[in-house]
Amino acid sequence: MGAVAGCSTPAPKEMVSGDAAKAVYVAPGQYDEFYAFLSGGFSGQVTVYALPSGRLLKTIPVFSQFPENGYGYNEETKPMLETTFGTVPWDDTHHAELSQTNAVPDGRWLFINGNNTPRVARIDLTRFETEEILQIPNAAGGHASPFTTANSEYIVSATRFSVPIPNADVPIESYKEHFKGTLSFIKADVPGKMDIAFQLLMPGYNYDLGHAGKGPSDGWFFFTTYNTEQAYTKLELNASKNDKDYIAAVNWKLAERCVKDGKAKAFPSRYAHNYMDPDSRQAMVEFKTSVQMLEPAACPGVVYLLPTPKSPHGVDIDPSGEYIVGGGKLATVIPVHSATKIKAAIAAKAFDGDIGGIPVLKYEATIAGEVQKPGLGPLHTEFDGKGNAYTTMFISSEVVKWKLGTWEVLDRAPTYYSPGHLMIPGGDSKQPWGKYLLAMNKITKDRYLPTGGELAQSAQLYDISGDKMKLILDFPTQGEPHYAQALPASILKDKQVKFFSLANNKSPWVTRSEAEGGITRKGKAVHIKMMAIRSHFAPDNLEGVEVGDSVFFHVTNVEQDWDILHGFAVLGMNTAELIMQPGETRTLVWIPQAPGVYPFYCTDFCSALHQEMQGYVRVSAKGANVPLKANISAKAATQLSRMNAVPKPMDHQHGAAGGK
Amino acid sequence: MNRRARLLMGIAAILPAAAALWPLWEVRLLAPQYPEGLGMRIFAHTVTGLKPNDLGSINGLNHYIGMMPIEPGAIPELRYMPWLLAALGVGALLVAVLNSRRLLGVWIGTFALLGAVGLWDFWRWEYDYGHNLDMENAIIIIPGMSYQPPLIGSKQLLNFTATAWPGGAAIALGLAFVIAVLVWWTSRTPRAAVAVRATGSAPDRGAQVPV
Repeated sequence: MGAVAGCSTPAPKEMVSGDAAKAVYVAPGQYDEFYAFLSGGFSGQVTVYALPSGRLLKTIPVFSQFPENGYGYNEETKPMLETTFGTVPWDDTHHAELSQTNAVPDGRWLFINGNNTPRVARIDLTRFETEEILQIPNAAGGHASPFTTANSEYIVSATRFSVPIPNADVPIESYKEHFKGTLSFIKADVPGKMDIAFQLLMPGYNYDLGHAGKGPSDGWFFFTTYNTEQAYTKLELNASKNDKDYIAAVNWKLAERCVKDGKAKAFPSRYAHNYMDPDSRQAMVEFKTSVQMLEPAACPGVVYLLPTPKSPHGVDIDPSGEYIVGGGKLATVIPVHSATKIKAAIAAKAFDGDIGGIPVLKYEATIAGEVQKPGLGPLHTEFDGKGNAYTTMFISSEVVKWKLGTWEVLDRAPTYYSPGHLMIPGGDSKQPWGKYLLAMNKITKDRYLPTGGELAQSAQLYDISGDKMKLILDFPTQGEPHYAQALPASILKDKQVKFFSLANNKSPWVTRSEAEGGITRKGKAVHIKMMAIRSHFAPDNLEGVEVGDSVFFHVTNVEQDWDILHGFAVLGMNTAELIMQPGETRTLVWIPQAPGVYPFYCTDFCSALHQEMQGYVRVSAKGANVPLKANISAKAATQLSRMNAVPKPMDHQHGAAGGK
Repeated sequence: MNRRARLLMGIAAILPAAAALWPLWEVRLLAPQYPEGLGMRIFAHTVTGLKPNDLGSINGLNHYIGMMPIEPGAIPELRYMPWLLAALGVGALLVAVLNSRRLLGVWIGTFALLGAVGLWDFWRWEYDYGHNLDMENAIIIIPGMSYQPPLIGSKQLLNFTATAWPGGAAIALGLAFVIAVLVWWTSRTPRAAVAVRATGSAPDRGAQVPV
């Protein structure tokens, strides 16, 4: 077949080469080379894998409730899921993005987007915890998000769906008239201070992905668009008509200046900003009321449109910053724009008309080259830092390696099956660690032992250190990883917080010793202050609770030792358990429905006598007036006196990195 | 024709009935995303999927390239073909009963013509499916690309390898044809008939060909 090369069907059970096992084997007790952060897709979370072994290290809950540790169920973390729509306890995470310094991942934070209810989150990489979530107003579908500028001055979030802005009750047929897109630039360089610096009001297209420039393209941000047809029905067809859609090139430094010069308008917009205070470990919600809305017409030169074939998906910038690679889902070539040529084209006004005052540059004026016959369904490209680019082909199910500058295809490797994104550690940065490539596949069919109708997605690891890509590992993943990021383990492993300082615990409900434990009533709210230590809770027997009370269990894990966690769960509780890290206070609310005696116990196997770590709550009928009683057991009293005989715990800092 | 030849024609008369049981043609599709494969079985009277939902899946995939859906009800040949095959069976039976070598000749000629027209017609349908694309509703448009499946053998169509070969019914029909030709051949010359007589075999009405 003449038209398209590179789509021969690979052998479905292709064997890995002989030394593959050795290449990914990490002996017991040894560490992997890389931390890899995979988005969880519809799980709404982030999963952390170690490479090259593919071992799952952790699930970091972000936008979805996580009963496994109580995230989004306990009082401290519930505010993290607050939005103007109320509590939104699920989302769809797509793109993991490491913070950068000078266009290189620096290991401070990981950003991740919520696609369904547009939000961006910051994950602190000393604790592997979500510490901040910002809702994006005037947006629907936060897909082109949260890509970062070279020094994490901004992360961006662009609307996948155009909607009326501000959202309003209009006929859907009035799409062309009323629907707009926004590109949000979010100030993200200070934890706890995430905010929308400005939004650009754009034509009503779908905005798909983005990447910041660097080097010759520094100061620019690139976003792919599709549905430039502005269809609002049967998009698979009607948004696939145009031969070329656009990459929007945004001069964000100019936008910054225009906003500073007062060219943006204050645009009333309500959105939530949620932040976990590192000392009280209590999340706070604030509702913001306005954004700066910048219209391109008010800031000439802020946006140009680069025609790009066809329904482009990924837009990826090579390590030098010169090449801007578009991945046209339906394109038969991989088009590569040149930063130098874009600037020259702008200077020469090589325009092909304009759209709502936004100049459209001539395709021939900006294009550096096209990769011919790359395969079918090019989506995403990453780079190895050695002059090569690697692009996933969704339909022909392969990764294609090609050369920057000559645009020749060098190698192809089948994937199993239908890869979306691929990831090379640092592969979207100035300095890729170009040893491994991870392809994330949407379909796994016959790859693993079958598990009914719902199968895992997969990740496939290739050794790209040689001329030919070598498949060396294939492992199932959680949720549906879209994008991922990875960086050398050495950057993160020595700055992990091992426990939280009990002395610095600023929770209003901290219980540092048994003597501080107790039970109090305020109307229908009963507050129980409780501590957990190997192997008991104190108090452990509680009375005076009545049916219909809101019972707040404030449980503090007073351990000051790495990896000693305690859990807490009550019979018939309608939410989830608590997991308390050492030095941490967590609160569970329980509303008992019937009189009786309800046991609670530690859910995280903590010690030899873990099974003894339990207690009872007596629940009486409404108005029974049983006196409040919080028991300290004889055994607990003995332990208390023993504890008091030794010096008080040191005022620990937050682990080796020194914490906050 | 001798008894054996007439018996053979009787068998040839039954073989077209196999087309009710077995497909005339099979088309299989393999792609990275379909390692288990998809397939189509073309019977005389209908087209079905190899697995229960294959035809639906194939039609679903074909909508990307604007190929018209394969709807057995919309293919008129599938209405005529069972009758034509039945007629062939009856024809072979008549050859055996009437013991007419002339009729056998007509039968073979008709069969060859129908076979050739049938293959050409099948090819024409494939050409039509592969070329007559609804470009207004196609999503993947590759300039110059057409999607005609092979008549026999393998062909790469985008990410799919399409392979086609005759099914059980086609083999049965081929066998019927070969039998008929053999019967025609063995009963062809008077010398053969004389030779048969000379061996002292019982006179055979079927072999009484005029000198």
